[in-house]
Amino acid sequence: MTDRPVTGGLRVEARRAMAVAWKDLLAEGRARSNVLAVILFAGTALLLFAFAFGPDAQDLRDAGAGVIWLTILLSGILVFNRSYQLELEGGGLEALLTYPGSRRAIFVGKLLANLVIVLLVEAVVLPLAAILFHVPLLGALPGLAVIVALGTFGFVTLGTFYAAMSSRSRASDVLLPLLLFPMLVPLLLAAVQGTTAFMEGDAMGDGGGWIRMLVAFNLIFFSAALWAFEYVIGE
Amino acid sequence: MTLQQPTSSQTASADLAFPPPLELEGVAHRFGRRWILRGLDLTVGRGEVVAIMGANGAGKTTLLRIAATLLRPLRGGGRVRGVNLVDQAGSVRELVGTLGHSPALYEDLTPAENLRFSLLMQGMEPEPDRITSILETVGLAAHAETRVRTFSAGMRRRVAVGRVLASLPHLLLMDEPYASLDPSGVALVNETIQKVLAGGGGVLLATHDLHSGAEVTTRVLTLAKGRLWEGGDPAQPAGPAPGSPAR
Repeated sequence: MTDRPVTGGLRVEARRAMAVAWKDLLAEGRARSNVLAVILFAGTALLLFAFAFGPDAQDLRDAGAGVIWLTILLSGILVFNRSYQLELEGGGLEALLTYPGSRRAIFVGKLLANLVIVLLVEAVVLPLAAILFHVPLLGALPGLAVIVALGTFGFVTLGTFYAAMSSRSRASDVLLPLLLFPMLVPLLLAAVQGTTAFMEGDAMGDGGGWIRMLVAFNLIFFSAALWAFEYVIGE
Repeated sequence: MTLQQPTSSQTASADLAFPPPLELEGVAHRFGRRWILRGLDLTVGRGEVVAIMGANGAGKTTLLRIAATLLRPLRGGGRVRGVNLVDQAGSVRELVGTLGHSPALYEDLTPAENLRFSLLMQGMEPEPDRITSILETVGLAAHAETRVRTFSAGMRRRVAVGRVLASLPHLLLMDEPYASLDPSGVALVNETIQKVLAGGGGVLLATHDLHSGAEVTTRVLTLAKGRLWEGGDPAQPAGPAPGSPAR
């Protein structure tokens, strides 16, 4: 018999999480069409929003923060669904669940991979939004970067968790947004308000409050998702 | 086929110092209102290969999934090497290897990358030499850097066998392991089983193909009506003959 390390140990679990992230990113990198399709979808959505709000620069600027976050949310759904589809092809999910140790490593690994892909989408969405919606991105740094980082982490945490829950359902494409969007309301509110505050120069100094709210949201939902994942992904 | 009522008669090679690879006691499970398993007892001893036969839907895969900790039995329980299946599932998975219906590979990864991932997930070092050696053993060294997507069913199953070879588990659970394999592939699966047995492990396999596994199978049981029945001869692929009750 081959000697294996004991189940526990943060280092071993971290290695497993990194292995899941490495595998997901490698597979997505090879099948480039999926990520490209998400980026294309995000770009098209932004363009449609821009047409819908008309040519007035002030109207577009006012809607900018909301449109950016809605575009990220809609594109993210495609990323999360794909994340577990990869496992379900060829019975990979059951094989993944038979590996030793805590299944939290699977959640953390998938979260990391989804985070990288969503950040990649944002790297396209944000500059495009700056052009289409006259949004002063550079002037809003570094506060905007903190809001985007925190908002994205919270969104990806919940998305990765609920995608695991809906992945084995026949209607997973529909079920995921139905489960996810209501839970995202506080995050969306904080992210949009925080983004707006920093875009307007944070004259009222309320950007910090939205950052604190996002930090609290992330702490609560990351802990809850980490604890509940074992029950959600099993049986 | 005439079946006899099961009782707990057959003894297993239980050794307190080195518990058997698998012990199941009173395992029952149902899907909806239909009870698939009805209080099933089974021991797979050291060096033992137990083949489970049965009609489609008899519960063979359910039994394997319970032993693999993928499914929690509604009643009863069991142990792998003395480790509780239900309460210590994470530790049980350290001792168990599986070779399922489907090879469960990542299509856009190469066999070497699939093995590397498997080793990492099992907490082992993915040394390149080790991966190369496994690929040579399963006859895929020449395809180490080819994506699995282009492989035939038999080649995929060889990669899955390589995954088992990488870990050599204490308990190997196999679901139709000979499907899609040519004679050399069948021999490879049997060699893998022998390696697990040589390390003191045990094997539980669900199959309709007793012929391919005849040289390694030590006991044949039939799963019917939610219970295991003694019967079948590994040397006679025509089908199991009902015999004494099984445990």
